[in-house]
Amino acid sequence: MKLGKVTGKVWATAKDPKLNGVTLYVMQPIDESGKALGTELIAVDTIGSREGDIVFWVGGAEATFAFPGRQIPSDVTIVGLVDRLDIHGT
Amino acid sequence: MELGRVEGTVVSTAKTSRLKGYKLLLVNLIGPDASPGTNHVVAVDAVGAGEGEVVIVVRGSSARQVDDLSTIPTDTSIVAIVDSIEYRGKTVFRKSS
Repeated sequence: MKLGKVTGKVWATAKDPKLNGVTLYVMQPIDESGKALGTELIAVDTIGSREGDIVFWVGGAEATFAFPGRQIPSDVTIVGLVDRLDIHGT
Repeated sequence: MELGRVEGTVVSTAKTSRLKGYKLLLVNLIGPDASPGTNHVVAVDAVGAGEGEVVIVVRGSSARQVDDLSTIPTDTSIVAIVDSIEYRGKTVFRKSS
């Protein structure tokens, strides 16, 4: 999993039915210091995150397992909200 | 997922039989503020997207999670047509009706 920051929100009415009821965010992947890594992505939210939140997310096929009992067409899914990062050894 | 703008249709007669009947679109991958990008992808359309529309593109095996596409050889699918985008507190895109 990787770190990211929620930077925006996307609304879409016409979508695959499996995405009904799902919140879609713009998310900037970041490193542990908060620096942006690569381009921003569109992510499925599973935890009720909000703009500005630091989150961790899963990519690829694993992102389809966003919700219990069903698979969705997602390759980027936010699976956790970061309360705090404790970085050891520095 | 990534944002893209539909820029064209890919017309192909000779294609693998499992792709027959599916619409293939040329999509320009764009930024979150809907600014044009330099990369293009060929995507299977699952939602009836049209020229000029901003869409959401899913890549990899996740692209086959659309019911219709579960046995289709695709790694890039269009799964949504975007109505609006709010980015860093501002509405940066709204679909014209």
